[in-house]
This record gives sequence, C-alpha cells and structure tokens, in this order.
Amino acid sequence: MNQAHVEFVLRIADDSLILGHRLSEWCGHGPVLEEDIAMTNIALDLIGQATSLLNHAATLQGEGKTGDDLAFLRFDREYRNLLLVEQPNGDFGMTMMRQFLFDAYRTILFERMQSSSDEMIAAIAEKSLKETKYHLKHSSEWVIRLGDGTEESHARIQESLNTLWRYANELFYTDAVDDEMRNAGILPDLSDLRQQWENTVNHVFQEATLTIPSNNWKQEGGRKGMHSEHLGYILAEMQYMQRAYPNMEW
Amino acid sequence: MKEVNITELERMFQEKIDQDIKIEPKDWMPDDYRETLIRQISQHAHSEIVGMLPEGNWITRAPNLRRKAVLLAKVQDEAGHGLYLYSAAETLGADREDTIDDLHSGKAKYSSIFNYPTLTWADMGAIGWLVDGAAIMNQVPICRCSYGPYARAMVRVCKEESFHQRQGFEIMMTLAKGSPEQKAMAQDALNRFWWPALMMFGPSDGESKHTAQSMKWKIKRSTNDELRQQFVDVTVPQAEMIGLTLPDADLSFNEATGHYEYGEINWAEFWEVVKGNGPCNKDRIDTRRKAKEEGQWVREAATAFAQKRAARKSA
Repeated sequence: MNQAHVEFVLRIADDSLILGHRLSEWCGHGPVLEEDIAMTNIALDLIGQATSLLNHAATLQGEGKTGDDLAFLRFDREYRNLLLVEQPNGDFGMTMMRQFLFDAYRTILFERMQSSSDEMIAAIAEKSLKETKYHLKHSSEWVIRLGDGTEESHARIQESLNTLWRYANELFYTDAVDDEMRNAGILPDLSDLRQQWENTVNHVFQEATLTIPSNNWKQEGGRKGMHSEHLGYILAEMQYMQRAYPNMEW
Repeated sequence: MKEVNITELERMFQEKIDQDIKIEPKDWMPDDYRETLIRQISQHAHSEIVGMLPEGNWITRAPNLRRKAVLLAKVQDEAGHGLYLYSAAETLGADREDTIDDLHSGKAKYSSIFNYPTLTWADMGAIGWLVDGAAIMNQVPICRCSYGPYARAMVRVCKEESFHQRQGFEIMMTLAKGSPEQKAMAQDALNRFWWPALMMFGPSDGESKHTAQSMKWKIKRSTNDELRQQFVDVTVPQAEMIGLTLPDADLSFNEATGHYEYGEINWAEFWEVVKGNGPCNKDRIDTRRKAKEEGQWVREAATAFAQKRAARKSA
C-alpha cells in the first residue's frame, strides 16, 4: 500500500516538475513580454506543486530523503511523468497545445483529489486547482486564438495537435497503483475522467476550428518509467549541479 | 488664446521642478526633457528585458527546488519591471514596439553588465548581490524623479529589487561558508562581476554628458560617482562579512573621509562593451531579435483573432 501511495504521488509530482522545467526554458524567449510573464508564472506554479508533492512523497517513503533528493537524484527510469509533458517546446503553438491537453486533464484531477482521504493530497489539490484553472483559461484561449487567427497560425497549431495527439491517451492510463489508491480512498473515482476531458477539449477545438486527428496511434510508458529520449537531456541539465557537487548546501 | 512664448513655458516648468511638483504626462514639457526621459526609461526597460537572459540561463540548472522557484520569481519580476517601464515610456509618446526595434538595431542601449556571461551557479549570487545592489543605488533616487509615472514605477521596482539583492547575497553567503569548491566558485564570480558592477554607474562625472542637465531637471538626483561611492561603501563590509576578497589591490578605507577608496576602473573596457564589443552583446541582441521574429506569427494571429471577434460582435 505504501509503495503504491508513493508511486501515485510521484506520478503527479513528476508531471508538474517536468512541465515546469519545459516552460521555464521559454524564459526570455516568449513572443511578447506578457507571455514571458505568463509562462514564467505558470512554470513557477508547477515547480511549487512539484515541491509540495515531492516533499510529501519523501515523507511517505520514510527513508530520510527530501523532495530535492527525489527531484535531483532519481534516474530516467525512475521518473513517472507523462510522455506529453517531456515533449520539446517547439513553437509557441506547440507549447500552448501541450499545456492545454494537460491543463484540461489536470483541472479535473485536482477537482476530484480535493476529497482524497490523504489530507496532504487534498490540501495540495485545493491550492493547485486554483492555479490550474487559470492555466487552463490561458492555454485554451491561446489554442482558440491561434486556431481561429491567421491561415499560418491555424496550420501551425493544427500541426501541433497532430503531433501531440498520440500522447493524449496516456492521460487516462491506469494500473494496479490506481486501483489500490481508489480502494484506499486516496484517489477518488475518475471513471468519467476521459468523458469530462473530451467535453472540454471538443468544445475548445470546435471554437478553434481544429480537427482531432483520425490517427489513433498511441504512445505511453511514462507512468512505468519508459520515457522518450527527451527526458534524459532534461534530467542531465536539471540534475547537473547535484550530480557534479553531491551532498552540499546551496 | 493668449500666446505664451516658449521661454515663459520653460521658466514655469523649471519653477515646478524647483518646487518639487511632479510633471505628469499631459503637462507641458521641453522637448529635450521628453527625449531625455524616453531615452533613459526605455534604456532602463531594455536592461530589465535583456537582464532576464543571463539569469534565465541558470533556471533549468538551479541546484535545488527552492533556488529554482526563487530564480524564476526573480526573472518574472524583471519582465514585470520591463512592462511597467515600457508603459511609463508610452506616457511620453514612445511606442513600445518602436523602442524595442531601436534596441534590436543597436540604436538604443541597455546596461552593459548584461553583456557578461553567467558561467557558474555562483553568478546568480553575484548578480543578485552586486548587480541588483547597484541597481537599487541607482534607482532609489529615481523614486524622487520629477516625472511622476517614472517615479511611481520606481517605488515598486525598488521594493522588488531589494528582495533580489538579499537573495543574491544569501546565495553568496551559503557558498562562502560551503565546501572549498563552493567558496572558490563564489570568489571567482565576485572577481568577474565586481568591476563590471562598478561600471554600471556609468562614466565618471567629468565624462558624463547628460548629468548636469538631468540634475537640473531632477531626473537624476545624484551623480554617477556619488552613487558608485555609496555602493562601494555598502558592499565592501558585506564582502568582508562573508569572507570574500574584492579583486582590487588598491582598495582601502580612508579614515578622514569615512569612505573606501578604490582602484582605477578600466574605462577602455567599459566603452568597448557600450559600443557593442562585450563578450555577449551579439548573443543577447540576437536572442531578443530571434524571440521577436519567431513570435511574429503569434502576434499576427492574436490581432487577426481580435478583429474577427470584434467583427462578429458588431455583425
């Protein structure tokens, strides 16, 4: 039970950490100053969520580790994030599409997790939900703006959707960990997660005049530590200091 | 309407300045006053925006989660400062996009300190401590600047800068009391950033072509050398406190004046960097230009969408 509990928290934590990392790569390179501010702000929220969740995972683990240890000293195969969040930023449209697919899922997840029997999880979900609702508003507005903007922006964001769609199915991945968490009351019922997510996504894509690709090619594995080649480089960069100078205060 | 001649307007304007009455956007002001402010405020805005790059360089490599979050917040603050400084410049009739184009063409300047590379994590400490420290010295007097919007923007900026300065000093302090490698990293960062930080106050008073007029208009309230001296006086004891050595063999305390005396600044280097020949000038501008070019389609889409929406509403 404890092992599944840790695993469950790590999955949510790693999504926040890796997506926060990706967004922070934009810092100073955004298409307008307002977006530099928005993207660093969202990255900051995600890093904050990751910190609370990783600290909680470390406590549950009970091995004397810290949240920082879990962030900076786990290897690629021990990371549990979705493949979607580790995908490269691409252009601004790709980043917004990745964010939108994720935010639409995260909003529902955090809404439900507020009633988790794990009080820490419930509290983190409540705080994070407020942030995530704002993230979803931001990303969905951009998807609509770009989809229904110019011919070029429409073509670009449609291409981003085509590229990222193969990773959307993994949002609904479940296995024995989820079963165990649901039985323990830590993970509330999510049987309609996909349906709810599709409602949001279909509505936004309709307004954005975007078409969901008919290709059902699906990629998954992140929840089991089977990642794309991108994650290794993210961690090489993120963990550089802790790997080069172990056991020091910063 | 009664004709008031320019000399009379200028006399009334200077009278307001002398009485410490703030000049507001709709007030009459001499063209030179407007031009000077536009130059200074947009230069200041550009410095905030270009200044995001050397620190942004370390966000993805910050050594722990707390440092990562603080650095992200700091760089976000800088973007915010840029935004309200561009807005202050707009109250004088300077279009944001035009001033940014001037930056990209090399016509407009920004603080030369950001043309130095950030090579190690300790540089995040050195920048916060020294660069934000110097910025505070420069900016606190601007809170009393004669131009209202600039003065008010500076009040807010200074509050955030003082948090930036403290986090930088805290990074340096942590490194200085850490392992020998960490201490060496901190000392190396101090060695590289000390002199460029002193150069941030600009040329010596005798060489500064704008100072006299700016002082008379109360755009500037202290001279470059006065501010530089204040900075040295505050910073030397801080370095001593954490056991780091300033890279200046001539540095000494003058009991009679109560001030630290420092060695000769390498003005040849300063002017080279100002002219665009510093280690990162080209990279910084190329990066900003690339961000603007690659964002072109996004801005066009936002405009097209807004027009479509407005048309649908009125239909």
